[in-house]
Amino acid sequence: MLFYAVRRLLYAIPIGIGVTFIVFSLVHIAPGDPISALLPNEATQEMVEQARREYGLDQPLLVQYATWLGHAARGDLGTSIGSGRPVASEVAGAVGNTVILAISAGLVACILGFLLGIVAGLWRDRPVDHIVSLITISGVSIPHYWLAILLVIVFSVDLNWLPPLGIGPDSSGGWRPDWPHLSHLILPTIATAAIPMAVIARTLRASVVDVLDQDFVTTLRAKGLLPRRVLWHVIRNALPTALAVMGLQLGNMLGGSVLVETVFAWPGTGFLLASAIFQRDLPLLQGTMLVLSMFFVLLNLIVDLVQSWTDPRIRRA
Amino acid sequence: MSDRMAAPILDIASLSVAYRGAAGWTPVVRGIDVRLEAGRTLVLLGESGSGKSVTLRSIVGLLRDEGARVEGEVRVGARNVTTMSDPELRQLRGGRVGFIFQEPMTALDPVFRIGDQIAETIVRHRGTTWKCAMGMAKELFELVQIPSAARRLSAYPNELSGGLRQRAMIAMAMSCEPELLLADEPTTALDATVQIQVLLLLREIQKERGTSMVFVTHDLGVAAEIADDVAVMYAGQIVEHGSADQVLLTPRHPYTQALTRCVVRGSYRDAALGELGGAPPDLGRLPAGCSFAPRCVRRADECLLAAPEPCEVAPSHIVACLRAADMAATPTGEFQES
Repeated sequence: MLFYAVRRLLYAIPIGIGVTFIVFSLVHIAPGDPISALLPNEATQEMVEQARREYGLDQPLLVQYATWLGHAARGDLGTSIGSGRPVASEVAGAVGNTVILAISAGLVACILGFLLGIVAGLWRDRPVDHIVSLITISGVSIPHYWLAILLVIVFSVDLNWLPPLGIGPDSSGGWRPDWPHLSHLILPTIATAAIPMAVIARTLRASVVDVLDQDFVTTLRAKGLLPRRVLWHVIRNALPTALAVMGLQLGNMLGGSVLVETVFAWPGTGFLLASAIFQRDLPLLQGTMLVLSMFFVLLNLIVDLVQSWTDPRIRRA
Repeated sequence: MSDRMAAPILDIASLSVAYRGAAGWTPVVRGIDVRLEAGRTLVLLGESGSGKSVTLRSIVGLLRDEGARVEGEVRVGARNVTTMSDPELRQLRGGRVGFIFQEPMTALDPVFRIGDQIAETIVRHRGTTWKCAMGMAKELFELVQIPSAARRLSAYPNELSGGLRQRAMIAMAMSCEPELLLADEPTTALDATVQIQVLLLLREIQKERGTSMVFVTHDLGVAAEIADDVAVMYAGQIVEHGSADQVLLTPRHPYTQALTRCVVRGSYRDAALGELGGAPPDLGRLPAGCSFAPRCVRRADECLLAAPEPCEVAPSHIVACLRAADMAATPTGEFQES
């Protein structure tokens, strides 16, 4: 187990370096000149050249990459062209807000998805399975931004129960789990959780059905075990798959959703990414993408380790 | 104790099993009678699809979960399994009746340690503490001759060889000291050398503990090795039933006779091996007369008209063949030696 963990940890290093390179290249390959967005239209050629020098954009790409990577390694992601504030602090604030939403939506998606999946799998082809199917197919089919807009129309505009926009009162103490903040969290949570919940439920149902068809379940019954003990075996066998899909879904949510965050004006990473793109804010875009991709590398690492811990067969693979 | 000797440990009376297929119910087992006295080993012998495994599963009511239609009566000890409630069945399974499956690869839960899988059975049926059950599991591993038992108990199934896994399976089946052991081709998935070891172990434990056993196999050599009694199944019926010597050495049913001719035996390398032409009948469309008649070399015209009733050709040697009386016992060679 320890050997596997160390090996998997070492694998993460080249992946991480590769990711930084791709993030850097992508931003530079993409069309659009950040300087032209920054300077007024009547700026002279000299002013443009000077700005390019200031931002280091006149250097060869590899040198720029090395410089950027060196700074990034020390936690310096540069300065946002748009706001003039350090990218690191902009990203940190956004990450915090996205994490709040992701944890809330993740809990809802995992708990509901898990329960629905198990129930549907155990009672395969029975009415309850069909009902769950209906819910999960709706979940994966309905676009989340459309669901978000619908939620705003129904619960904010028509019923006036919940606030439609923002994260809540902007107090100096930051986000607190009190009603003014929580009420802002409910609608984004539902919109964010819908798809992951459906994906988790469907995966878990397939997994439970698959486990129930295996020979060892007959063995368990032939041993006279109580149904709840048999259920525990089934869940333990379905767990690695469940954890993998939950981890990835949670990861997606932690990455922030550009669309949902934009609809609810939720100041998270998705929102930040969208504004960085629209403002051609290169350092901010790079910084946000770097943090997000590093985060996915880390997440996959954690999922692999947890999976190997729940399924002994993976350790030897 | 005395009445246990009198009453058979297993009594199956006119058991029929049918599964729902595309075109209505397909019979899989068609009216079989089996009696097994305590301490003896019965081998159910037959080709794939002859209904032997289904018969075995019916003994602990496992067919109930599969949507099969079961008629007739199965008694274990004095109790009727077919009318048992689910909780009663769960008491019987693993407690009074142990079950060994064919595929030790897939019959054990891959994500539970072997020791835990044995201990949970013990805790369930004997109500001991987990720690005590683990201690008993260790003793069982020594009984089934698994070396370094303590280490193997904490292993996962994928970390053991097929032979060790099947030994662990035997330990699990024996864990609650069952009166009756049901073994569904327990050696078929193993290498030839391991097969013999496991077979000998099973026979040894069974004799030592006085456990009765029903052993399903398609392998005549295995049957000869372990059987006290043999029941030969064909197309869901028992065509010949008797002691191992009677059935294997002096078979009276043409099907059994054909089977015994299909076995490589002794050292004659160039001797022609018998073969049995044709294929088993489609259980959905059985012939009117004897099911074996289309393949039978000794078929008479009347065989195609009426199904034969079982008749006793020698004490306790029962054959279902219209021409059983004409089938003079043809010695088939030294089975016990093979």
